[in-house]
Amino acid sequence: MYQYNARDHQLVRERVQQFRGQTERYLAGKLSDEQFLPLRLQNGLYVQRLAPMLRIAIPYGLLSSRQLRKLADITRRYDKGYAHFTTRQNLQLNWPQLECVPDILAELAEVEMHAVQTSGNCIRNVTSDQFAGVATDEVEDPRPWCELLRQWSTLHPEFAFLPRKFKIAVNGSQADRAAFLFHDVGVELVRNSAGETRCNIYAGGGLGRTPVIAELVRRELEPQHLLTYLDALLRVYNSHGNRANKYKARIKILVKAWGVERFATAVEDEWQFAKGGENTLTSASIEAMKAHFTLPDYRQPNADAEQQLQQQAASELAFARWLERNSHSHKQPGYRAVTLSLKPTGVAPGDVTDRQLEAIAQLADDYSFGEVRATHNQNVVLADVRIEQLYALWQAAKAAGFATPTVGTLTDMICCPGGDFCSLANAKSIPVAESLQRRFDDIDYLYDLGDLELNISGCMNACGHHHVGQIGILGVDKKGEEWYQIQIGGSAGKDAALAKVLGPAFSRDQVADTVANLLSVYTDNRIDGESFLETYRRIGLDPFKERVYAQAS
Amino acid sequence: MPKLVEQQQLCDNRWQVLDDQQPIPPSHYLLPLARWLAAREIAADGAPFGVIIDGDQPLEELAPTLAELPLIAIHFAKFADGRGFSTARLLRGRYGYRGELRACGDIFRDQLFFLQRCGFDSFELPDEADQSWLQSLHDFTVSYQAAAR
Repeated sequence: MYQYNARDHQLVRERVQQFRGQTERYLAGKLSDEQFLPLRLQNGLYVQRLAPMLRIAIPYGLLSSRQLRKLADITRRYDKGYAHFTTRQNLQLNWPQLECVPDILAELAEVEMHAVQTSGNCIRNVTSDQFAGVATDEVEDPRPWCELLRQWSTLHPEFAFLPRKFKIAVNGSQADRAAFLFHDVGVELVRNSAGETRCNIYAGGGLGRTPVIAELVRRELEPQHLLTYLDALLRVYNSHGNRANKYKARIKILVKAWGVERFATAVEDEWQFAKGGENTLTSASIEAMKAHFTLPDYRQPNADAEQQLQQQAASELAFARWLERNSHSHKQPGYRAVTLSLKPTGVAPGDVTDRQLEAIAQLADDYSFGEVRATHNQNVVLADVRIEQLYALWQAAKAAGFATPTVGTLTDMICCPGGDFCSLANAKSIPVAESLQRRFDDIDYLYDLGDLELNISGCMNACGHHHVGQIGILGVDKKGEEWYQIQIGGSAGKDAALAKVLGPAFSRDQVADTVANLLSVYTDNRIDGESFLETYRRIGLDPFKERVYAQAS
Repeated sequence: MPKLVEQQQLCDNRWQVLDDQQPIPPSHYLLPLARWLAAREIAADGAPFGVIIDGDQPLEELAPTLAELPLIAIHFAKFADGRGFSTARLLRGRYGYRGELRACGDIFRDQLFFLQRCGFDSFELPDEADQSWLQSLHDFTVSYQAAAR
């Protein structure tokens, strides 16, 4: 993974110094609430329902075991001994003291981490595919491009006061595991007909109140121009995005209002003056960045490794299940990627304790070259596990509580912190997740349902990605009471689709029954191994609607 | 008295912003854009003056006159409105403006570093600004991006 050089270290240290000064001035009354707001947000600090919340950046999800141990230590000393992996591959602390945040940032800087631009109306943490560099369907490793974007966007002087937040995702595989069509900018790495790397640039996607699928603004951009092109694109947005109404301020509204052609033309026009400028990448700078992401020291598998694995799976059903759901194919013969599930029943999805962070660090050191990836599904991936070690890893993961064999199934849900923590939420989401995990605890039934994304958000800001769940649940407020709107048919992949609302909202205790009804419509109607999504696309919304409301009335 | 940062030094701000009618003083005044466009012969007398524009002002009309202008002040209506940052980059980059670029209006200390990186070289500050504000011009000694100039 990327290693800081002297400049990177200097920059994060100076950032800590700057924020320490700002915090002191704020506490001394020399900086108003209004002025401190963007400064603290651009250092990841929110004021939440019960306490401040600090969001720490995990650039494109990559973490080393050393960083994990530091995070564990910080949660223990500055918080209540647990942290939360977010849906944008970041990590949140729920209980830091405002006065201590500069110290926390200083400690993070020691291990090449920071909270720069994890909130605020600026360019946020760049996200990507959790299987970057190891996926069998990969066209181009997105990580060097993500790091180039991270550096370019970090303290970008022109874009610290945008109309609204700005999220960039990079995908380099045939499948889309980065949801790039639901970002302000999605960068899709492709090959042109001559086999050279090119960037398709999509803009104007997003969830939130107004979910929109991004549109293509530039096909096959030569990658050396990636940063100057994005400078031009952001400049157009910064100059023309809506600043009068914060709910209409995202770039998606501008792209919709102008139409994608006019927007693309404006960017192209601006880019003619930025193109070839100092932010142009050279082949040397690209190669130097790629050198940070070389292959680890892979070993040849033993001749009988695969056979032995099959025997282990055949003799122990629980291991076979885990292997099927929680391990993933790998570019390198003899290796698999493994998802450590953070979705055991009864724990808020994505929550980990200090000890668990240390356990993950140990598993990374023992089984995966000391590195992990945070996923937007709020799990953690060990990307490079030898197949000879899978059985031992399974036992170790089980002991640490990470082996819930449900990855990709209904109960591996995405869920925001909701009304238990977040001051924006209209309703709680964690208890809904738990009620569903308790209701659908029959592993054979879950496997029979197959891949099924269920996403829960506690408000329309959609941190829980409910618009793109095959089943999406949205917490709403009706006259001071918490209700849940249910929608179906969303997809975050390249077949991107927004879910459609079934109808009137449900009370919390009706949610599990309603989901059960939706699933029964699917299992009654599916043909030839269709997924939930495929059945929905074939039969439409009505049969689901009918059963759900017939039962409810 | 309002302050000005010029060449990284804090001094009193003796510049006057004129409206469309006020008589033109001998020097140190800022003209609204329309007045400038209507009376460009002002530039001929060589006294220090400038034009003041809003952060969201389109630059097409101003562009042909840039070579005659020793100073452009960009006014920030609200500090959170970052359009002025892009306007500065446009002036410095796309339009190749070489004269003085001043940030004025609702700006505060913690924005000075970024403003400077975007090509501003002087800053109008509120009355309470003191020497400590100047430190913020040096918040960072390293940067990832190219500066405006």
